[in-house]
Amino acid sequence: MSDVWRLYSTKVMEHFKDPRNVGEIENADGVGHVGNPVCGDIMELYIKVDKGIITDAKFKTFGCGAAIATSSMVTEMVKGKTLDEALKITNAAVAEALDGLPSVKMHCSVLAEDALKLAINDYYKRQGMVSKVVVPEAEHDHHIHDEEEN
Amino acid sequence: MKRVYLDYAATTPTRPEVVEAMRPYFTEAFGNPSSLYSYGQEAKGAIETARTKVAALINARAEEILFTSGGTEADNLALVGVAYASEGKKDHIITSMIEHHAVLETAKFLEKRGFKITYLPVDAYGMVNPDDVRKAITPKTALVSIMHANNEVGTIQPIEEIGQIAKDGGAYFHTDAVQTTGHIEVDVNKLGVNLLSMSAHKLYGPKGVGALYVRKGTRIASLMHGGEQERRRRAGTENVPGIVGLGVAAELAGEEMREEAERLIGLRDRLTQGLMERIEHLHYNGHPLKRLPNNVSICVGFIEGESMVLNLDLDGICVSTGSACSSASLEPSHVLAAMGLPPELVHGTLRFTMGKWTTEGDIERVFEVLPKIVAKLRAMSPLLKSPR
Repeated sequence: MSDVWRLYSTKVMEHFKDPRNVGEIENADGVGHVGNPVCGDIMELYIKVDKGIITDAKFKTFGCGAAIATSSMVTEMVKGKTLDEALKITNAAVAEALDGLPSVKMHCSVLAEDALKLAINDYYKRQGMVSKVVVPEAEHDHHIHDEEEN
Repeated sequence: MKRVYLDYAATTPTRPEVVEAMRPYFTEAFGNPSSLYSYGQEAKGAIETARTKVAALINARAEEILFTSGGTEADNLALVGVAYASEGKKDHIITSMIEHHAVLETAKFLEKRGFKITYLPVDAYGMVNPDDVRKAITPKTALVSIMHANNEVGTIQPIEEIGQIAKDGGAYFHTDAVQTTGHIEVDVNKLGVNLLSMSAHKLYGPKGVGALYVRKGTRIASLMHGGEQERRRRAGTENVPGIVGLGVAAELAGEEMREEAERLIGLRDRLTQGLMERIEHLHYNGHPLKRLPNNVSICVGFIEGESMVLNLDLDGICVSTGSACSSASLEPSHVLAAMGLPPELVHGTLRFTMGKWTTEGDIERVFEVLPKIVAKLRAMSPLLKSPR
């Protein structure tokens, strides 16, 4: 039977089936942690930074197909970017890179954007560059937890 | 790839015998049952035959069966119909926190219009305590509505006991029996109900048709107006093929139910045990014994349901989840929450419901596929910090 109605784009399913950059980075230079179990999505983003450039990114995510795919995509997008470039990545850009997300799943892309911003903030904090820290706008369903200092 | 369908509680395929029985009512016997000539009378006769068959399945009288567009309409009609018929006399309805949305949302609709609704809690098995009904019932209680078996976790409620309490308290009693009719014994007299909802597509009948049992003498207002159909309680030209389909499905279910339930209990228990053996950190949902023959509900720790469902689908296995992410509302299962499960477990629920075409091989396929998916998703779960 044809005309199967699909929830997700082929690109989302590709990243969901075969997520890139899964895992933690030991001695990461920055970690972003967003979401909570109540809302059903938790994303952790790890970055390695060298001379202002993100050289590696990995993630761990508890969440739906869209949450996993956006995590995977955002780690792909930031690698090789400067911190300033990475900070300009919006949730819409992540969603667009995945050929779109269903409207009820757009919050997952917001989660990815926030995880990235928090990871970069964490890097700046660790470097003592407090003036660079930007607080993401909490204009969505998810409650943002600043990563506790370990 | 062979598809393994394990979501019979969502819907069932229509049995070939049922499709065959329905077929003439689309074409040769297309008449309007309200017409006086023979085309109409043939259709009318088919409806009455179906009514007798449906009544026989639940030990009711034919004239107590009212055909609807499905389980949702039957639930709406039961609640709103009784509420409107009781207006000015009684204004209280008792239901439970684990009802299907067709009951819960209808109760909320009535609540906004001034009715008082008591939503009873359930225990950790998803069971309503009849004592809670006894405590909640007052002379102002118009209706008690408690489902026969829960669609998510499969727990079968103490309906007979609650029925007696409702009767003693002078309230009508409704049960949503969408998950049980045609699957386990449903006897309106043993259960002591005034009203009972059922749906055709949960028992190998077609979608778009169901029925409400209305015990003789039970006063309900109509929701549909503008025709004499269904003894003026449900206006609108009857879905003749659908009703015929429901009748045949009910008849066949009555013949095969006992044997089929036994077979399904075997598969159910095998699936449950096999999953427990193969996957760590599983939480079993629902009552182990007072349970639908075909339902297995589990929470898989540290991972989320939609991602499991999607992965299973990639391997051809169809199941459902109570995760918020799977629903448009983004609300997690109200049933599991009412049972006291923490949110992260609720998000990791899987429901397997088996049926007529489920085989041992299907269960084996789940054993083969699911542990790998769980391992893959746990490897990316931030909730699981230590090595597995």
